[in-house]
Amino acid sequence: MRRLLKIYMEKPELAGIVFLLLLAAVFQFQTDGAFLNAYNMQGILGILPEMALVAIGVTLLMICGEFDLSVGSVFALTPMVMAVLIQDGWPFLPAIMAGMATALLIGFVNGFLTIRFQIPSFITTLGMLFVARSITVVISGGFPPVLPRDALPRGMFTSFVGPNDLFRMSFVWFVLVAVVVSLLLSRTNFGNWVRATGGFLPAAQAMGIPTARVKTACFMLCSLLAGFAGTIQVMRLGAPLPSIGEGLELQAVAAAVIGGTALTGGIGTILGGIIGATLIRVIDNGLVLSQVDANWFKLAIGSLTIFAVILNSWLRKKAKAMKVET
Amino acid sequence: MADPIIKIRNLHKWYSGVHALKGVSLDIQPNEALGLVGDNGAGKSTLINILSGIQQADEGEITIDGEKVNFRNPRDAMDRGIETIYQYNSMVPTMSIARNMFIGREPLKASFMGVGIMDRKRMAEESVQAIADVDLHLRSPDALVGELSGGQRQGVAIARAMHFKSKVMILDEPTNHLAVKETQKVIGFVQSLKELGITAIFISHNIHHVFECCDRIVAMARGEVVLDRRTEETNMEEIHSAL
Repeated sequence: MRRLLKIYMEKPELAGIVFLLLLAAVFQFQTDGAFLNAYNMQGILGILPEMALVAIGVTLLMICGEFDLSVGSVFALTPMVMAVLIQDGWPFLPAIMAGMATALLIGFVNGFLTIRFQIPSFITTLGMLFVARSITVVISGGFPPVLPRDALPRGMFTSFVGPNDLFRMSFVWFVLVAVVVSLLLSRTNFGNWVRATGGFLPAAQAMGIPTARVKTACFMLCSLLAGFAGTIQVMRLGAPLPSIGEGLELQAVAAAVIGGTALTGGIGTILGGIIGATLIRVIDNGLVLSQVDANWFKLAIGSLTIFAVILNSWLRKKAKAMKVET
Repeated sequence: MADPIIKIRNLHKWYSGVHALKGVSLDIQPNEALGLVGDNGAGKSTLINILSGIQQADEGEITIDGEKVNFRNPRDAMDRGIETIYQYNSMVPTMSIARNMFIGREPLKASFMGVGIMDRKRMAEESVQAIADVDLHLRSPDALVGELSGGQRQGVAIARAMHFKSKVMILDEPTNHLAVKETQKVIGFVQSLKELGITAIFISHNIHHVFECCDRIVAMARGEVVLDRRTEETNMEEIHSAL
């Protein structure tokens, strides 16, 4: 029993799941059953993947000991590059590839500058937040490009699927990415290097791990996922607005932290980041349905973030102090 | 005497104007336990960092088993059988024992371009075995290294070095910040290396510890070797006055 309790306490994402269920019950009660009905679920599950994909990348990068504030801007830039190229007459596939390549390039630049000049990634990516947003607005020319209705293969990304059209295709992509990145982190040698690099850099270096390459790979993956998420959102909305994704970087960090990822690196799980993102979406949606003034949303997310970090560090300390015989 | 396993010739290292190593030459015999002593800034760490591939020498050469080597990173040194155990730096506290044992050398079931699926069953089994081999008793290979005592951590680091069949083990201040009982345990590990045919280089501030487990003592000061004697041919006073 004590052993189970210890395992539970060492996994903050489990506390997140419990909180999520609790919250769902409260909202369900508050809204007279409107929260869990099919239409509302369809709404939540339809837009969750966009934020969750960003959170997956940010969580991975934070476990590796780095930070990315530019994801919100990459979220807008990637689909903008794609849209501008489609408007210029490019077919969809090369255009989306060019968008993704832009995201990868930004991730690479973030990693390169951070590592080469040994500056905090907080600063590098803060700079990149402005740079990428600026480029987005400039290449859009101030007016979002108008895309022909059939230019985007919506069927592959945003059409409704599943029983009662409960999901969008984006949800399938999200699950796929979540499983792959989770396995990458927990089952592969690369995951082991990521955890070692973020957990204790000198040890990782002393053991001969190419920490610079590991970090750069995480920066690039994080950027790529943000770009992919933005592309999905643009396909859902049908038009690339230069302003999408503003503030998303901090929500993604909040999601990772709520899910138990430590700012110091080395600790956290992809599942935790996803649960954090789900919690944020559920709170957003639940508050609206409960007819609470929507401006309380940020207060709720803010308090939850602080509370989650305090709870997680307390649980971790308690679990560590708990001696279990095996 | 047999041919030296490590031969260091005229090694120099400068740090922006500071001459940290001034032509160090040293032969290390196979299966020898060498004690390296010296004050802070004497050049011990620089020498060790070069031997373990963390830094590169500006001048001079190192040969291992008669072959000239040039380590560009720690992995090169490990591949030549030189394993270094640092005071703090060899374990990641937030990771399990099994994962720590295999950092950078994970057994893979399948791989593509160097990235692959870890054989976790093998990692668990082999780490349990390796830990038992150094006579250390730990709960499970899934316990976090952060939950172990300092002495246990050094034990796991030594078990790791043995598991990968290292020929030379460099122990950089392994007894710092350890309780007396744990210090004895670590010294016991060093003594047992000899029976296993492993060459040990033991770096310590504490000359008593060096006397306890080393065959030969080398003292460094101001970037040079100032004394090199068999343990039985020297004493504390001589070493103190040399430093």
